[in-house]
Parts: sequence; structure tokens; C-alpha cells
Amino acid sequence: MSEITYLEAIRQALFDEMERDPSVFCIGEDIGAFGGAFKVTEGLLAKYGESRVIDSPISEIGIVGAAAGAAHMGLRPVVEMQFIDFIANAYDILTNYVATARYRAFLPCPMVVRGPSGGYVRGGPFHSQNPEAGFIHTPGLKVVYPSTVADAYGLMKAAIRDDDCVLFFEHKHLYRRIKGVLPEGDGVVPIGKARVAREGGDLSIITYAAAVHKSLEAAEQLQREDGISVEVVDLRSLAPLDDEAIVATVKKTNRVLIVHEDTRTGGLAGELTARINESCFAWLDAPVMRVTAHDVPLPYAPALEDYVLPQASDVVRAARWVARY
Amino acid sequence: MAARKKTAGGTREPDGSHRAIRTIAPAAPPPGPRPSDHLSRAQQLELYYWMRLTRTLEERLVALYRQTKVVGGLFRSLGQEADAVGSTFALERRDVMSPLIRNMGSMLVKGATPLEILRQYMAKSDSPTRGRELNIHFGDLDRGFIGQISPLGDMVPVMAGVTLSFKLRGEDRVGLVYVGDGATSTGAFHEGINFAAVQRCPLVVVVESNQYAYSTPSWKQTAAKQMVDKGPGYGVATEQADGNDVLAVYDVTKRAVDRARAGGGVTLVELITYRRKGHAEHDNQSYVPEGEIEWWEANNDPIDRYLAVMRESLGFAEAEIAATDARVRTVVDEATEIAEASPFPEPLDCLTGIYADPPAETPLWFREGTRAAVERNERAEGWGTWNAGADEATR
Repeated sequence: MSEITYLEAIRQALFDEMERDPSVFCIGEDIGAFGGAFKVTEGLLAKYGESRVIDSPISEIGIVGAAAGAAHMGLRPVVEMQFIDFIANAYDILTNYVATARYRAFLPCPMVVRGPSGGYVRGGPFHSQNPEAGFIHTPGLKVVYPSTVADAYGLMKAAIRDDDCVLFFEHKHLYRRIKGVLPEGDGVVPIGKARVAREGGDLSIITYAAAVHKSLEAAEQLQREDGISVEVVDLRSLAPLDDEAIVATVKKTNRVLIVHEDTRTGGLAGELTARINESCFAWLDAPVMRVTAHDVPLPYAPALEDYVLPQASDVVRAARWVARY
Repeated sequence: MAARKKTAGGTREPDGSHRAIRTIAPAAPPPGPRPSDHLSRAQQLELYYWMRLTRTLEERLVALYRQTKVVGGLFRSLGQEADAVGSTFALERRDVMSPLIRNMGSMLVKGATPLEILRQYMAKSDSPTRGRELNIHFGDLDRGFIGQISPLGDMVPVMAGVTLSFKLRGEDRVGLVYVGDGATSTGAFHEGINFAAVQRCPLVVVVESNQYAYSTPSWKQTAAKQMVDKGPGYGVATEQADGNDVLAVYDVTKRAVDRARAGGGVTLVELITYRRKGHAEHDNQSYVPEGEIEWWEANNDPIDRYLAVMRESLGFAEAEIAATDARVRTVVDEATEIAEASPFPEPLDCLTGIYADPPAETPLWFREGTRAAVERNERAEGWGTWNAGADEATR
């Protein structure tokens, strides 16, 4: 098989699942005739027609709510947020309605909400956000955020097949930069399982999304310049979290650095630190540290965005501190 | 109850003053035969049964509330029984309806039982939500009703999606969603009805204009003169009726349902009525102008009005009405007895069913009988496993 991009992997998963299951349909703003702002859904309309690829009004509450209603009745909608920043418009219906549907009313809600997320693209405050933390905090939602071609493909398939609502964050910086080959077979990646992106023995970096690639870059440099063997754990699923994989890497290296692109306060790193304290504090040789974005709205100018978002050099600096502690 | 003051309730006069609401003037029905002309005698009596059952069951709930057996708030639909019952009566069994807090009557028509409602209000383990949700917040897809949530307006986009699924699959089914006059101010209402209109979903949106949203009168809710005026902006058909005339309610809703079923898309139905009790039992209605509630009770009670029609035009005998009342009392008494005997839920049940899979969440370690995770991951060899060689290299 030939190499495809991260974006093409997502598109391929949509094609494959729509082909496999006639109850799957896509809905979103400009996803049909135009193929989506990033062309993720390009070609779907031509193949599956207007009843399964629905161009919607600009209406995040409307389309998420409608997806929930259709999901109750046995369909499997895949909703596109044109930019994931706009998911804030649908926060009420996702957290109050969708997330509670099964628990309070035994209503199935098999649906996916997907969209381009993240920075490093000079997108400014409303086209660069990482709003995952608010949804990880909501019982009833699942959250995945792949960093590789195989995971983008396999997690999308798993998300569509899942019987609950899955928020599928796509990193737009990785859309066309990351290439890979799809695995043989159906390639489904189970939700809730982390992946060891790089084996190592001295220090663990727990991370996800574009920060996986920053961390791998840093790990390479740390090995080369300091002889520190860094293990990089790519969470892939943020809700539910893979506690087993987290504990395993802590027990292996005894030193942990958490890296994420989301802002610091209330970000996932705090939760991970607490879980490590609760479950394997005695295995730590150093405090758990974190590298995150600064607590500011993401600015536009390259000099500002580069300063706010975590870079490989920040990861190297923090990793050295944790390793030496 | 505290004495009511003259405040900002009622209707607004051109000079800015307020007066009590004492009239409702819906658009005149179109000439010709009315859908309700085709109701059988049994159906005519059934309409009365559902309205009486709604009122009697709510009165029973008030008694249970005062005995603190209803553990949460209690929401009445006193004076609105006709709008709830008459509208859902226009649906078929296969159709799907989403009620609002004052639509207990609609739920009864759609198959919810008094026992379910009593257990639900009393937070019992065998209630429809196993004690997870309050009051009439429950549903059943088989019987065709979907439970509402508290954020108002959200059920409009959800029902747009339910009816979108009917359209996509070519099913001969219709959806009906209730909102109050207050919910028409929400973004969810706007996005939901707009989406359904564009997609020509078979959806009926019923606005129950009961004049108050909690304490806020309709004229503080919208500058539109009447709710039905919002329809043309969405390009949808509109219907309007006196919500306290159960046959008129049935007529307009039936027309809307038939239109949806025939592929005519969304209809916005406004039912003009009046909320005689507060938002919930705790609400003393101090914001209502003096005499307003009493006027409605004396002059425009939907059950009294229908009883008059039954006696004068439909030819029902007193004995038939009395037998129906007796049946309602028996149903409510029997259900109350069973519901009171029902157990409360076991705490551990609350950890199940958040997701389809896994089936259960792990109880928190500090709850009785659970080991702390830190004990499961004890580090037998103690502190300090840092590899000395690597340590050297980084220092």
C-alpha cells in the first residue's frame, strides 16, 4: 500500500464506514459540494448523495442536536465542526443532552463529532483551539485525539462503530504533514488504549496529538546530546484514559513529564498527575512536571504563537530537569 | 401564600402600564368541517379521561409533595390540560413526541402510566429512570416519547434529528415537540426549527403560550406580538388555537400533523393558554397581577369548558362522566399504593450505564470496601531506582 496523509486516512475511514454501514451519514457546514473547509469530506457527496452527506446551516446546536435525535433512532451520524473552536456553540447540547442521554434516559447516542483542532498554523484565537479538557471532564462523552495515520484511520472507524458519542479531534497541523501506510485488515484501533510511540528507560513523556511529534523530536535530541533514554507514550484516547499504560510507564522509568498543547490550568496534565499520585506515587523518583501552552488565548503572530505553544526545545529543557532531579 | 402585588405581569398596554390577561383571541379556524368532527364518541370521552387523569394525578402529587414523599420540585399543568392532551391526541402510535414540563397529559396520552410518573416523582428504584432523573423527565422510544432535559429549547434540534431519520428512511412517521413561550427565545429553538424547516422534516413545533416563563411575562420574552408571528421568518406553516378548547387544539394539531405526514414540512403551532400555578410548587406567583389567576379559574378552565361541550353538544350523560371520574380515582389510588411501596435505589446502581461499554464504573477507593490504587501499585523495592550510569550522564 502507498503512503497517505493523516487527512486522507480520516477521509478513507469515512468512505469505508459509509460503505460498510448504510446507517452512517455525514452532516456539517460546507462538507458536501465544497468537500469541507479542509477537504476531509471531499468526494463523499458524489458517492453517497445528499441524503447521506448533508450540507447544514451554520448551526452547531442544530446539527449536534439533530445528530443526537437521528442517533436515538438508529442512525450513526458523523458531525463536522468546521473548526473545533466552534464546538463551544454546541457545549450545552453535548454536555447536557448527549452526554447524559444513556445514563438518564437509556437512549443510545452513537455519533461522532469531529473537527480540525490545534495550533502551530497561525490560525489565531478562533482557529487554533484545543478544547478537549471541557469534554474529558464530562462523564458520558468519549474523546480521542490521534497523532498518526494509522490511528487517525483506526480511531475514526472505532468512533463511528462505538455505541456512544465520541469526540474526534483532528490536528490540522498534522493533516498533510504526517504520512504513513494503513495497516492490513480493518485497522480498527480500540478506544481507551494508549500507544508507546518510542521505547525508553530513563524518563517517560506522556502526551498526545501534535505534541507527540514535538516530544519525539525532543527524545531524539535527549538521546543524542544527553544519553537519556526517553519513552514517549501517546495517549490517543483522552476519555477514557488508559490507566494501565500510564502506570506501566511510571513503573518502568520512575520519572514523568507530561506534554500537551492545551493551556495549563485545568488541562489534562493536572488530571494525569493526580492519577499518578493516587496510583503509583511510590514509584516516582521525581515530581511529575508538565509542559503546556501558556494560559492565554492563542495569538496570531508567529513570534507570539511560537512562544505560547510548547516547542521541542521546551520539552528538552523540562525533560533534563526531571531526569536530573 | 404571600399576598400578590401588582407587578410586571399581565399584558402591556400601549402606555407602558400592565393589566391582567383576561382574553385570548386566536385566529379564527378555517371554514368547513373540522378534524374533531370525525372523533368517535369513545374518543370524545377519552379526551375527557386524559384531562381528568392529568388533573387528579397532579392533585395526588401535591398531597405527596406536602408529605415530602415527592423529593424534588413539583410542576403543575393546572389550566393547561387541554393543550397537552388535545395536541398529542392528534398523533398516531408510531409517531414520536417530546414533552415539556407541563405536558404530563401528553405523556399519558402517549402511554406513560400514572405509576411510572408517581415512582419517578418519588425517586424510586423501579421508576423509569431508576431514580436518576426528576419529575416527568423520562421517555420510551417504543411508545414514542423522548424525555426532555431542563435546558429549554434543546429538544427542538433533537426532534429535528428524530424526524430527519424518518425522512431519510422514508418512514411514515411524524414528530411533535413542545416548547413554552420562554423557550422560543433560545438559540436551540432557532437552530432546531430552522434546520428542520430547511430539511423539510415532518415536525410539528407546538408553542404553549401560557403567558409566563417562570416569573417572566411573554412581553418581556419577545417583541413579537404573538408566537405564531415567528413562523414566516422560518418559512414554515403556522396554526393557532385557543389552548383551553381541547377540540380546537386537536383540530390545529391534526392539521399540522397531516401536513407533516404529507411531506409539507414543519408547522409552528401556537396554543394560547394560561398557567394557573407557579413555575413549580414553591413559587408563590407574587409577580401575577391581582385577580388574574382567579379570573381564569372561574371563567376559562379547560375541563369545565369541555364538560359543558360534552353535556350540551355531544350528548354525554352525567352517569358517563361520573363513571369516568370514578375510574380516574381508582387508577390514581391504585398507582399511588404501588408507588409508595416501591423501594429506593441502591447507591451502587448509580455507577452503571454511563456508556454502553464498559458496563460499570469503578467505585472510588475511599468508598467502603474498595482498595486504594496506591496499595495495588506498591513499590516493594522502595525508593530510588534511578540508573546510576544514566544519572552521571545527565548531571
